[in-house]
Amino acid sequence: MLRRRLNRLLGGDENRVDSRTIYVGHQPCSATEGFTPPKFCDNRIVSSKYTLWNFLPKNLFEQFRRIANFYFLIIFLVQVIVDTPTSPVTSGLPLFFVITVTAIKQGYEDWLRHKADNEVNKYPVRVLEDGRQTSKESEKIKVGDIVEVIEDETFPCDLILLQSSREDDTCFVTTASLDGESNHKTHYTVPDTEKDLESLSATIECEQPQPDLYKFVGRMHIYKPDQDPLVRSLGPENLLLKGATLKNTKKIYGVAVYTGMETKMALNYQGKSQKRSAVEKSINAFLLVYLCILVSKALVCTSLKYWWQSRDGQDEPWYNQKTQKEKDTNMYLKMFTDFLSFMVLFNFIIPVSMYVTVEMQKFLGSFFISWDKDFFDPEIREGALVNTSDLNEELGQVEYVFTDKTGTLTQNNMEFIECCIDGFQYKYRDSRTELDGFCVTDGPVSKLQQKAGREKEELFLRALCLCHTVQVKEAGSQVDGDQVDGLDHLNPHPEEEERGFIASSPDEVALVKGAMKYGFTFLGLESKNMKIRNRQNDVEEYELLHVLNFDPVRRRMSVIVKSKAGETLLFCKGADSSIFPRVRQEEVERIRMHVERNATEGYRTLCVAFKQLSAEEFALADAELREARLALQDREEKLMAVYNQVETGMSLIGATAVEDRLQEEAAETMEALQGAGMKVWVLTGDKMETAKSTCYACRLFQRGTELLELTVRTLEEGGRKREERLHDLLLEYHRRAVQDAPPVKGGVTRSWSTANQDYGFIIDGATLSLIMNPSLDASSSRHKNLFLQICQNCTAVLCCRMAPLQKAQIVKMVKNSKGSPITLSIGDGANDVSMILEAHVGIGIKGKEGRQAVRNSDYAIPKLKHLKKLLLAHGHLYYVRIAHLVQYFFYKNLCFILPQFLYQFFCGYSQQPLYDAAYLTMYNICFTSMPILAYSLLEQHITIEVLLDNATLYREVAKNAMLRWGPFLYWTVLGVFQGLLFFFGAWFLFSNPALQDNGQVFGNWSYGTIVFTVLVFTVTLKLALDTRHWTWINHFVIWGSLAFYVFFSFFWGGIIWPFLKQQRLYFVFANMLSSVSAWLVIILLILLSLMPDILLAVLRRPKSPRARQKIPGQSSAGGTQSSRSSARPLLMRTFSDESNTVI
Amino acid sequence: MMASSYNAKEEDGHHSGASGPGSSTVKSRKPDNTAFKQQRLPAWQPILTAGTVLPAFFVIGLIFIPIGIGLYVTSNNIKEFEIDYTGIDMSSPCFNCSQSFSWNSSVPCKCSLAFSLDQPFESNVFMYYGLSNFYQNHRRYVKSRDDSQLNGDSFSLTNPSKECEPYRTSENKPIAPCGAIANSLFNDTLELFYIDPNGTRTPIPLIKKGIAWWTDKHVKFRNPGGNNSNLTAIFQGTSKPVNWRKPVYELDTDPENNGFINEDFIVWMRTAALPTFRKLYRIIQKKNNMTPTLPRGNYTLEVTYNYPVRSFEGRKRMILSTISWMGGKNPFLGIAYITVGSVCFFLGVVLLIIHHKYGNRNNSSDIPN
Repeated sequence: MLRRRLNRLLGGDENRVDSRTIYVGHQPCSATEGFTPPKFCDNRIVSSKYTLWNFLPKNLFEQFRRIANFYFLIIFLVQVIVDTPTSPVTSGLPLFFVITVTAIKQGYEDWLRHKADNEVNKYPVRVLEDGRQTSKESEKIKVGDIVEVIEDETFPCDLILLQSSREDDTCFVTTASLDGESNHKTHYTVPDTEKDLESLSATIECEQPQPDLYKFVGRMHIYKPDQDPLVRSLGPENLLLKGATLKNTKKIYGVAVYTGMETKMALNYQGKSQKRSAVEKSINAFLLVYLCILVSKALVCTSLKYWWQSRDGQDEPWYNQKTQKEKDTNMYLKMFTDFLSFMVLFNFIIPVSMYVTVEMQKFLGSFFISWDKDFFDPEIREGALVNTSDLNEELGQVEYVFTDKTGTLTQNNMEFIECCIDGFQYKYRDSRTELDGFCVTDGPVSKLQQKAGREKEELFLRALCLCHTVQVKEAGSQVDGDQVDGLDHLNPHPEEEERGFIASSPDEVALVKGAMKYGFTFLGLESKNMKIRNRQNDVEEYELLHVLNFDPVRRRMSVIVKSKAGETLLFCKGADSSIFPRVRQEEVERIRMHVERNATEGYRTLCVAFKQLSAEEFALADAELREARLALQDREEKLMAVYNQVETGMSLIGATAVEDRLQEEAAETMEALQGAGMKVWVLTGDKMETAKSTCYACRLFQRGTELLELTVRTLEEGGRKREERLHDLLLEYHRRAVQDAPPVKGGVTRSWSTANQDYGFIIDGATLSLIMNPSLDASSSRHKNLFLQICQNCTAVLCCRMAPLQKAQIVKMVKNSKGSPITLSIGDGANDVSMILEAHVGIGIKGKEGRQAVRNSDYAIPKLKHLKKLLLAHGHLYYVRIAHLVQYFFYKNLCFILPQFLYQFFCGYSQQPLYDAAYLTMYNICFTSMPILAYSLLEQHITIEVLLDNATLYREVAKNAMLRWGPFLYWTVLGVFQGLLFFFGAWFLFSNPALQDNGQVFGNWSYGTIVFTVLVFTVTLKLALDTRHWTWINHFVIWGSLAFYVFFSFFWGGIIWPFLKQQRLYFVFANMLSSVSAWLVIILLILLSLMPDILLAVLRRPKSPRARQKIPGQSSAGGTQSSRSSARPLLMRTFSDESNTVI
Repeated sequence: MMASSYNAKEEDGHHSGASGPGSSTVKSRKPDNTAFKQQRLPAWQPILTAGTVLPAFFVIGLIFIPIGIGLYVTSNNIKEFEIDYTGIDMSSPCFNCSQSFSWNSSVPCKCSLAFSLDQPFESNVFMYYGLSNFYQNHRRYVKSRDDSQLNGDSFSLTNPSKECEPYRTSENKPIAPCGAIANSLFNDTLELFYIDPNGTRTPIPLIKKGIAWWTDKHVKFRNPGGNNSNLTAIFQGTSKPVNWRKPVYELDTDPENNGFINEDFIVWMRTAALPTFRKLYRIIQKKNNMTPTLPRGNYTLEVTYNYPVRSFEGRKRMILSTISWMGGKNPFLGIAYITVGSVCFFLGVVLLIIHHKYGNRNNSSDIPN
């Protein structure tokens, strides 16, 4: 029994390790095998954290895991247990408030999650069971169930497509809700499954659930009576993902393979790593300082207390006897409780409310980003998106910007510019002006005929028409916003006006359109037959045999087609670097020239090659491809090997150039960023020449910039070993860029100055991997160091030919370099996700390449140009706001608690609080909280316009300037000064406590109230002094707080409160106000406390007006000059002109 | 549908709300163009410049210096006389009393101190007693009271608050008024006699009304039992504070000044802020315009010495003082105002010089940087 169970357990384990077996429709497959339905999780999606029962304990537990909350809980407990000077209410109430608000917020959010979960889980689905169709709730689907889905429904779990209502055994889905790509994707049924699903007897073997949306390997065994089981390979094209929507297909049947939390969607939504901002680190450092202050204060007081008590008659004078209990307490225990009491008395120095205010500030503040109408893009009808509010202030601290090129710097809006066939250039000159120039027999054709042979030409155009994965949008089907092609309307053919193309990459559409311009129109793919209409308006048909998919490593794709004539052809297109080695070398030179010229102009180039496959060759390739596709393990590698083997010995037929236009204001944005002292690194997968010209176009490189190149080409120039050459080059560049450069003076003058030579650095992926993972271990760190130093001294760095992971690697390297600079990554595509996640701040562009980048980003903006405002205005302001908030909070609590500390010296170290409990509690909650919150939301010490016009202003807050130890010290000294002033001002006054004109005297509560009044007014007015931007809200809140304080004090002292044990403040405030002396001392102390600030503001005076004056003079750094130039710079224009003359 | 539901669920939901209008309905995608949302609220943008601050400095200086002078003169005009009667020195008349102090002695120890006033005290004279090194602000002491008992609550009368320990009960009876503060009520009796040049002692009338805050006397402190004037009956069942010589209902013969509403008691109950303090004891009312309240000459202070302070090295003083609109004598305010005013004025001058001399050059030299 036990053994059997153990066996099963082990067996189960085994299953879990590599793959799972699914019985389609829960049908036993062969008599020999015992049918034991394996256990899988059910199809319930649980994204909620709590249930009704565990909410309270679990939520409390999680809240108190935060160190701050825990600290306040401890303080509270100490107050409850130990006899402490202040009642537990003073710290319990704020803590309770904070905890409750957070709990309510989290509870509400969890309730929303529950609701959403239920909506998904209770959704009715139809399941085939024993031949009957039954309706079930979505959550009851089990692995192996056959599920029916109709058009426009979302898939309830991950399904393997078995049957489609479409004749060609395909179905279309959109994964808009998964990755944002709204184009229709084709999925295929498993071949050779029976039409009658009821009698289908099959098992599916597939890998265990994993989160990669685009990977799936599996195998289906189909058992037929009297036959050997058929084996069919399953790939991502057979898998329908939960969350995707069925389109254009009446209904499909599929078998559930992954359910519930094991679906790819659920696996993908399991949290992101939390990013912490630098400000938070500063807060923690300051907290530590204040904790030290707190502990040392308590220690000083405790030790002084015992020293004082040891003197005669002080410990227990006759008028102040101890209780019996106190007398009995152990001396050391008493010391300890005294220490705790002092801690409690001074604990307000680290206020609960700071956390609340900081959180509120971040949360509410982030609304301004999503509210900003400047971020609204009319094209996609969306504004900015804030995924996290934790990093607002980090936007004002960015030192390194890593940007993707395609789709970020450029529009990813491809336009076919020209092509080169067999070494002859074809440029479609009038494409923009002449609308009806696309006729088959029109001008360009005659030109074509002069250049290359007609054969070659047509072959090339056919290649363009065949070698792609573009789909033709079906006429009549309404397609929403996925206009990958912006040129639809240019099409003169009436019947083609409805024709749109859908593709995963805009390049492909541009190429197909390009071919169309030259007379070859792709009509569509129908049951493995590709139809094209040639120049003679004949329809040619090709049978699509294989698609060798594009992947970023191979950087090429191929198709194998069979023409009507029976020829088997392989067409391949890809990056020059990946095509050139695979074609006959004599053809390369003619075309290389064109490719390189096109690349320098900033076009994206692709080379097209073809190869005729003999029957044997094809048979071999076919067999190998099929085998590789069936492989369960290492399928990718095996496929790659076969692809590489097939794509050899081709002949080059031509090259294409597609223009990817710059984003609006890309150059201005980049210039502003550089002016703001940020270093911009372009990380792209594109080739060097293209990327370089984009950099010139964006003015990252300028004419005076000296380029330091470190690419495979420069490495191979010397003819020596790469490593040696690399070493030499690095040393040389280091000498030039680092050693010869004048020493950089701190953050402000960094990198932007006209006198110095600007350096630009170019590196490619291969070289980078040489630097990052060299063969010689000894030199590795040295190389890396040299590289980093060079890069840090360059204004712009271009890294081309980067794999996504290399991008992240670079970001990580910079992030961890000396001084740990703040990095920002911006990108729009799935290939940028890794660097977006790696950088301190990740920005996604709501671009064309799906929503993956947006989903993983911290902030998403529609266009690159919005980055400027996001950083220079929002980031700067947020930083100033939160930095001021933090400093102010520490300051106001220091001068709040310092008098209380000083008072201990005059009350026999007895922990007597100076202020009444109500004041202690309300100080941070009511009296001083609102003005700083309003300030931290509304302050614009420099208006947004000025910030945008003067990029250099950004440098004033660089390197965490407002939260370094210097400013912190200033605030602390200010707090100490004011605290001393408050206390001793009142102390001198109370040397004669007869302060009223009727000779009556004031007591200790009057003393505290005077100090407290001065305190509240001073800290509020101090903030008023710092406020540079007085909106009505600021006025309301600042004057309102003061008025509220006065009102509250009257009210609190005006009534005998039945629930209070002691009526300490009864008419204390009113009596205080009836004393002229009290008025005079309050006014004097407030004025004196604010004096240093006023003085400093006056002495610092030249600074802020200068910033404003700079607008006309200094703007060369920022905006005005750049706005004059058009998007395409001079350099590019001359090149293009030149190319025109070639024709 | 899935997308939006998942957006809402993402993360701890910590930030889901922050996505704001972006994730809400399609209609409201376009951000509202309101001044608040676009951070374009009309705002006043003051900058502290020399132009605004310099006049302020001068104005402050010009206002503060006269006020300070006024305060200083006022304070100096206040006549104050202070005499220590603790009896530390052998020579002091109260030395014996302070030495032979016992709580149980039934015969009060009396001593008298002679002093003379060099200047006449013209207006109303206020008589204070001062204590030193007496920690009325000690936490254990400050909290040792029951305000609801003092407010006349009949329940608290017999059930004093726990805070009153160890002065809560004595002989199994609740103490009224309970607590350390009440227990240590200052109980020296001070009497003042004017010695005529011809040697006759005329007692100076000391008024004990109006020494406590009006609100304390009339609202905060109430005798239990409402209008029942028979305090003896009301306080039946309670015990007097251990260190008192007589129960609370025998503090005074005047029913308006007896029990909890005895003004001496109320004054004592307002705990002092610092260990050296003075409390108002009596008022010597001005008789008429012709004669000064206290003419110059010789006086005797008759002390009924009940209050021991030597055990904690305390001191006792008697203070006679006139009062101005700013209260008692305290040169601090005047000096502070004069100082601050002059500093402001001085700074104003310095800043003006700096501004004129270097202001322009500073600006111009900064720009090319």
